[in-house]
Amino acid sequence: MKQKERKLKPAERGPKPKERELKKKEPKVKQGRLFVFAALLLLLAFIAGALFYQNQKSNEATQAYQRNKSTFVRDHSPALGNPTAKVEIVEFFDPACETCKAFFPLVKKLMAANPDRVRLYVRYAPFHSGSDYVVKILEAAKKQGKFWETLDALYAAQSSWAAHHNPQPQLVWNHIGGVGLDLDRIRQDMNASEIENIIRQDLADAKTLNVTMTPEFFVNGRPLPSFGADQLKDLVQSALAAAYR
Amino acid sequence: MSMDSAARTQDSDWTLVFACWLLASVAALGSLFFSEVMGHPPCVLCWYQRICMYPLVLILPAGLFPFDAKIARYALPLSLVGLLLAIFHLLLVAGYIPETIRPCTQGIPCTEVQIVWFGFVTIPLLSAVSFLLISVLLILTQRRGSV
Repeated sequence: MKQKERKLKPAERGPKPKERELKKKEPKVKQGRLFVFAALLLLLAFIAGALFYQNQKSNEATQAYQRNKSTFVRDHSPALGNPTAKVEIVEFFDPACETCKAFFPLVKKLMAANPDRVRLYVRYAPFHSGSDYVVKILEAAKKQGKFWETLDALYAAQSSWAAHHNPQPQLVWNHIGGVGLDLDRIRQDMNASEIENIIRQDLADAKTLNVTMTPEFFVNGRPLPSFGADQLKDLVQSALAAAYR
Repeated sequence: MSMDSAARTQDSDWTLVFACWLLASVAALGSLFFSEVMGHPPCVLCWYQRICMYPLVLILPAGLFPFDAKIARYALPLSLVGLLLAIFHLLLVAGYIPETIRPCTQGIPCTEVQIVWFGFVTIPLLSAVSFLLISVLLILTQRRGSV
């Protein structure tokens, strides 16, 4: 098309090209505006759709939680805090997971800041290879009533037995001596088939709830909108506000 | 061809390419919605189709401002390859292609159907329709440009 124009140009010198430019300018501005408008509209639709979808999913999760808590919390799940608390945090964790360790003090702080109003349930998600061995020790320690003490000891020594996502579960024994456990009984109890079943159940529930990374939190059934400490804080705050008006 | 009608054809060609860009953008954002918001991980074939779709979102506007009637030459290869991939994907899901030449051996199987709307609309179908429409519109502008 450009070639044709060039051929015509010398023949029609005068006001005509200018007129054409004026005529052309208007649709060009319109086209630019149309493009920008469409681009913004698409982006807005995407964002609004994403927010709407997340909100709906989150509501569905809460409803499912109110109907049936069993995939979130099992009878065997270790719990911390007031049993009648109206805000329940369910945490899927892996004792070898560094982020789980980093989040644990935060969860405890949230509970301390709202005494008797927040209850914590923990579920096992031993995604690192070798973690299930450590979970078995934790379960055996639970029988001796020392689950939380053992977990604290494991987290405290995590860097020495699970450095760089490469857990060496045999080293764990060097670090739980101070808890006051009967280690011989632990070695016996940890191989019970019921512990095997508990781990299998927790992993199955993790799959049902779409837990693929640790830690994963549910506050009254609501998952974190995106991962982060602030998001967890906000979720707990809004659950507290809703439960204790 | 008089200048006025030339300008008019150019404007309607512009509209066609703009429509292509709209289709490509909706397809790109839609695929991102499926994977990032709804959490359906894309399979290997989906990624190949994305490789053909996403560049269109950027290349087409470059041909719109200022308008370049030759834009189809650069955009058509992408949309046609995308169309072929989408058809291959549809045949795979429908079971017309035997297992031995399936390219997906790891991760998410390409035959897994994650979304079905109205009983027949699946993600590969959406992809095929988008690539088909974009290709047809681009061919239209190319035909007119070359006359």
